[in-house]
Amino acid sequence: MAIAPKKNIPELLFYSLTAVASFTVIIFIIGIIAVLLKESSLAIGKFGVVGFLTSTAWNPVTGMFGAATTIYGTFLTTGLALLFAIPTAIGIAIFVTEIAPNYLKAPIGIAIELLAAIPSIIYGMWGLFTLAPIMSKYIEPALQNSIGKLPLVGILFEGTPMGIDLLTASVILAIMIIPFTASIARDSFNLTPSVVKESAYAIGATKWEVVKNVVLPYSKLGVFGGVALSLGRALGETMAVAFVLGNSHKIATSLFDAASTITVSLANEFTEADSDIYLSSLYYLALVLFVMSFIILAIAKFFLLKAEKKYSR
Amino acid sequence: MNIEQKRKIESLVALTLSGLAAAIGLFWLVYILGDVLIHGLGALHISLFFNDPAAAGVEGGGLRNAFVGQLMITLVATLIGVPVGVLGGTFLAEYARGKAIARTISIISDIMVSVPSIVIGAFVYAILVRPLHHFSGWAGAFALSIIMIPVVLRTTENMLSLVPWTLREAAFALGAPYYKVIIQIVYRGAATGILTGILLSIARVAGETAPLLFTSFNNNFFSTDMNRPIASLTVTIFQYAMGPYKSWHSQAWGAALVITLFILLLTIAGRLILKWRYKQ
Repeated sequence: MAIAPKKNIPELLFYSLTAVASFTVIIFIIGIIAVLLKESSLAIGKFGVVGFLTSTAWNPVTGMFGAATTIYGTFLTTGLALLFAIPTAIGIAIFVTEIAPNYLKAPIGIAIELLAAIPSIIYGMWGLFTLAPIMSKYIEPALQNSIGKLPLVGILFEGTPMGIDLLTASVILAIMIIPFTASIARDSFNLTPSVVKESAYAIGATKWEVVKNVVLPYSKLGVFGGVALSLGRALGETMAVAFVLGNSHKIATSLFDAASTITVSLANEFTEADSDIYLSSLYYLALVLFVMSFIILAIAKFFLLKAEKKYSR
Repeated sequence: MNIEQKRKIESLVALTLSGLAAAIGLFWLVYILGDVLIHGLGALHISLFFNDPAAAGVEGGGLRNAFVGQLMITLVATLIGVPVGVLGGTFLAEYARGKAIARTISIISDIMVSVPSIVIGAFVYAILVRPLHHFSGWAGAFALSIIMIPVVLRTTENMLSLVPWTLREAAFALGAPYYKVIIQIVYRGAATGILTGILLSIARVAGETAPLLFTSFNNNFFSTDMNRPIASLTVTIFQYAMGPYKSWHSQAWGAALVITLFILLLTIAGRLILKWRYKQ
């Protein structure tokens, strides 16, 4: 459909201007990869790839660095957050699309979208001032006295509940991604044709059976894409966890231990890195994070594109 | 109990659980907003906007430096991000419409939107801060514009695609060159949509903290020099909230309230405009 630019000067100028502008995105992504590779080359050379990813060392004094502790922290907080957030978000989406009366649908939908717009630093600060004290005073001791008494899982709840720990960080991260995940899930649910739902009702299905057997299977792809997108968001989130994680480079065995994620290490140590190898190792961490989130976001995009194709048929 | 009843009970239980999930989710979110409102209102004095910070630990003072710095960084980021984003989106929706390159750039932009913002901060640190040996407001603004461009680009692309192709054909038939058709016909038809995209993208970057940590850094003194470290509300919130002083905490809440309200207002304005323009 597009029309080739004719050979007149303003046309050519405007064409080139828009072309250059759109290529900035590609330039940025290539630039980011190139810069991260170049800056981390010192650390890549010294520690290697497998060596860096599996080493738990993080010692600015001896100059030994490894990514294992921060990758562990990143996966643990993100995993726990998704564990809390996905059922809640899907519950919200089911409630908004299938259960809520019509006059409630729009307000709750708008509320969810507004909450997804609140910057993450607000969540982080609230976590530090409000949630962390509540966690250390009530929730964590209660967990310790109940589940913590059980064998095997008890180890997860050991230690003094300080509130500045993995559990609090995961809860905040979960609260932060709930609106985001819920709004994507809601949009996917809404794409289920009402004819299909009505046919299920007509043969006597209950509301839950319609959700379980019609809506969920139909919107599977979109929901997967949404979850992957939330995972990508959570992996790269800095400010929501920076306040309450404690930035400690240890493999934590208890949910009540301080820990660190890649993003938190970067935020806390980047401007303090006093040796080349220290800064280079931080760039290496950034590279690892970038590669992980790029892969996950690409997967998310793949699912969402597939979903789009399916629904537009 | 027969199977009929069992199914009904199962349905009731499942629906109650999802209602409960909704209640829990909304509870936390209302709690956060309420908390920001209560603590923030207590900290909102005229002095917060018009005074510079007092010495560390001393009562009083305000965040004039951070408000001004935040405005300058966001403004410069918008001035870079909006033209590049709108023009880039124009290329995708008009000249490259339907071509592989347009799809590729769209997908890359969608991924760029969600790339960890702290990585973008580290990128800008390497190209704009270290070579010049100092943090600067320009670097912070540039980092934010990198986040802004893909957002504006994608909305522009979508909004331009909504303008009916026949409208362009009508203009072509009159002999107008394509660039004139785009500027005078297509942009006019998509103006409100693009404006909404711009508002939402400003809301998106105004709350960013991570990319500013090692680009614009922070400055405890009033400064409008974009060549030097400059204060921003978000980095100030981080510094003050993590600091030991009660007065810092209270000012951090005040700043949090202002920035939250600003972003929510932009978001609501964007949605209202969209709703009014594309009544659906």
